[in-house]
Amino acid sequence: MSMTFLADLVVILAKILIVFLVLSVLVIFIVWFERKVVAHMQSRLGPNRWGPFGLLTSVADGMKLMFKEPITPITADHVTFALAPGISMLAAFLAFASIPFGTSVLIFGHRATFEIADLNVGLLWVLAMGSLAVYGVVLAGWSSGSKYPLLGGIRSSAQMISYEIALSLSLIPVVMSAGSLSLRTIVHAQSGVIGSIGWLGPVGGVGKFIPHWYIFYHLPAFLIFLLAGVAETNRPPFDLAEADTELVGGYHTEYSGIKFAMFFLAEYLHVVTISALAVLLFLGGWNGVTPNLPVLGWIWPLLWFVAKVFFFVFLFVWLRATLPRLRYDKLMAVGWRVLIPAALTWLVVSGLAMAGSV
Amino acid sequence: MPKGYFGEYLTLAFFAGMMLLLVAGTLGLNKLVSPKVHRDEKYLTYECGVDPVGGGWSQTQIRYYLFGLLFVVFDVEAVFLFPWAVVFDKLGTAAFVEMVIFIGILALGLAYAWRKKVLEWL
Repeated sequence: MSMTFLADLVVILAKILIVFLVLSVLVIFIVWFERKVVAHMQSRLGPNRWGPFGLLTSVADGMKLMFKEPITPITADHVTFALAPGISMLAAFLAFASIPFGTSVLIFGHRATFEIADLNVGLLWVLAMGSLAVYGVVLAGWSSGSKYPLLGGIRSSAQMISYEIALSLSLIPVVMSAGSLSLRTIVHAQSGVIGSIGWLGPVGGVGKFIPHWYIFYHLPAFLIFLLAGVAETNRPPFDLAEADTELVGGYHTEYSGIKFAMFFLAEYLHVVTISALAVLLFLGGWNGVTPNLPVLGWIWPLLWFVAKVFFFVFLFVWLRATLPRLRYDKLMAVGWRVLIPAALTWLVVSGLAMAGSV
Repeated sequence: MPKGYFGEYLTLAFFAGMMLLLVAGTLGLNKLVSPKVHRDEKYLTYECGVDPVGGGWSQTQIRYYLFGLLFVVFDVEAVFLFPWAVVFDKLGTAAFVEMVIFIGILALGLAYAWRKKVLEWL
C-alpha cells in the first residue's frame, strides 16, 4: 500500500465521519428549530427545559427512544417490519453521497472536495435515493398488519410516485441549461452575473447585478420543484401519509422506539436533501451575491450554502405552521392536473427559448 | 482510494457499506439496551383502543393501481428525457422537435386518462 492510497483513505473516512456527524447534529437541530418556530408562530414557548433554549430536547428524545423496548405486533411480517425503517434511513443518508456543499480545501497538500463522491450522474443519484424512500413507507405500512398503516402506506406511495414525476420533470430544464447531471458542474454553470438584458432596453444594465442563477431563468420550474419537493418529503400541507387526524399515524402507527426514530430521522434528512437540491439547482449553490472574501477562502462559499439551505428549511417549517392539510383527492388532482402538465409545458417552452438563442 | 470514474463509485460503495453498518448498529444497540417485558396485550395492533377486529390486510381501491400504471409511463419518459437534456445543446433542432413529438404523444395519454376520469377520485 502506497502512502497516497492511505492518505486518500483517511480523507474519505474523515469526510464520511464529518458528513454523518453534521447530518446528525443538523437533524437534531432542525427538529428543535421546527418545534420552536411553530411554537412561537402559535404564541407558545415551545421546548425550553433541556439545555439553553431547550436545545437539547431532541437529544433527550433520541436517547429515550433508544432505550425503549422494540414492539412488533403479532400480526406483523417480522422481517419486513424491521427492514422498512432501515431502508428509509439508509436511502436518506445515501442521498447525501453526491451532494456537494462547498468548493474544496487543501489539507496537508491534499485537495479535498466537499462531497463524498463526485458522480457524473449526481443529480440522478439523489433522485434515485429519494425514490427509494417510497419502499420504506409502503413496506412499513404493509408489514404492520394493521388497518391504519396499510391505508397510510398505500396513500403515500401513490402520492410520492405522483409527485416524483413532477419533481424530475421540473429539473430537466435545468439540466438542459447546464448540460450536465453533475451537481458540481451545475453549480459552476451558475457563477457570475446575467449581464445586460437586451429586451429590457435602457434598463437592461440591471442584469449586471443579478446573479446568474437558474431561478431567474426557470422560475416556473422552481415553483413546481418546491411544491413537488414538499409533497415528496411528506411534509405538511402534503403530509397525507401520516395524517394524524384521520389515519392515527399513517404508515408508522405501529412503530415505536428506535424504529420510529429512524423514520423521523429519514423525514428530516429528506427535508435537508430537498433544500440542498433547491439551492444547488436553482439558487446557485455556494455562489454568493457578494464577491468572495479572500481571507475566508473556502469558508465563505460554505457559509452561503448553509445560509441558503436554512432559508429553505425555514420555509418548510413556515408552510407547516401556516397551511392546513389538503384533502387526498385534491392532492392527487394538483399533482396530475396542474404540476405535471405545467412541468411538461415549461420543458417545451424553455427548450424553444434555448433553441432560439443558440 | 483510487480516483477517477470508478474511484468515485468505489467511494460510494464504501459509504453505502458504512451506512449499512450504522443502520444495523442502531437496531443492534437498541436490542442490547432495551428492556423486555412480555405482555400479550402489548402486541395487538392499534385500533382506537378496542381489540382489533378482522385482519390488517385488505383489498384497496383499483385507483391506486391505475396511478401506478400512469407512473410507470411517465417515469420511463423521464428516463428518456434526462440523457437528451444533457446533450441538448449538441443535438440541435431536429432532436428537439422529435422530443416535442414524444412529449406530445405522452401528453395525449395523460389527456386520455383525464378524459376517462382516471385522475378523479370518486
